[in-house]
Amino acid sequence: MNIALYVVAGILLVFSFYKDQKKTKMALKKAWKAFENILPEFLVVILLVGLLLAIMNPEMISSIIGDKSGWFGVILAAVIGSITLIPGFVAFPMTALLLDGGAGYMQIGAFISTLMMVGIVTMPVEIKYFGKKLTIYRNLLAFLFSFVVALVIGVVMSR
Amino acid sequence: MKKIVKRYRVFLIVLAIMLVITLFNYDLGINAFGVTGYSLKEMILVIPPVFVLLGLLDIWVPRETMIKYMGEDSGLKGIILAFFIGSAAAGPLYGAFPIAAVFMKKGVKFSNIMIFIGAWSTTKIPMFLFEMASMGAKFAITRLLIDIPGIIIIAFILSAVMKEDEIKKIYESAEHFDD
Repeated sequence: MNIALYVVAGILLVFSFYKDQKKTKMALKKAWKAFENILPEFLVVILLVGLLLAIMNPEMISSIIGDKSGWFGVILAAVIGSITLIPGFVAFPMTALLLDGGAGYMQIGAFISTLMMVGIVTMPVEIKYFGKKLTIYRNLLAFLFSFVVALVIGVVMSR
Repeated sequence: MKKIVKRYRVFLIVLAIMLVITLFNYDLGINAFGVTGYSLKEMILVIPPVFVLLGLLDIWVPRETMIKYMGEDSGLKGIILAFFIGSAAAGPLYGAFPIAAVFMKKGVKFSNIMIFIGAWSTTKIPMFLFEMASMGAKFAITRLLIDIPGIIIIAFILSAVMKEDEIKKIYESAEHFDD
């Protein structure tokens, strides 16, 4: 996944350099500036992720949504998904385990949905680009949407 | 120096809080720094190509081209492109925001930017394949099928609730993302 990204960026960079060295230097300068601009917010997010994941480890998450059922469990799952930030390749094996451990499809659907679409800890970065209002609305709508996902997943998977 | 401290103020405060937590609860603190180190590694791996692509996009792709394909009158073509670019992405959601800023600079329609963000967050192709493998095809496909209309609906609601001058302000600030 990362390799593909590097290959594409690398090929384009070489091509760009071949076409126009000056423009390529400008592009790299822009890339650096854009990165440096957001770096403080990135670092805050990374610290928060560390802190939250240390508290909300997989055992803790499974103890909360593992054996609960019904909409209360779905709401809890959605809230936990919103405040945690776990990369997909860690999250999916984990949710597969949660399912084996007795969690329902609805809870898992809500958890995965908010995990990906709602980002409480990444809000400092999002606000920097989109402002407070849009950030709050986007996350709120995505949070509500996760209940639709939970419902549909629950209906489809129970058949 | 003063400027740097000011910019990194929040980071320094959170760092101090974490150090204090480590003093009181050693295991929790060490664990937190461990995860932070892991995320930092992920960031260092993913960020360079994303920002290089963003710089190249900014320099090489003319505004007119972006407007034509993803601007105000791009219609269905713009929606599909926004979905495709977002889904082809890799890396965490915070990588999508700087790219969205370049899109805004290039005159991409607001709702298409919201679709791009939605797609990046949840319909990424590499992630979908991974989801199929661990959760089963039925689960992954159901989620994908409900996510696609969901992302579009959320994008249109956001376009409706944001006032024109608010969107204009966001676009204007995007002009300065690389100052």
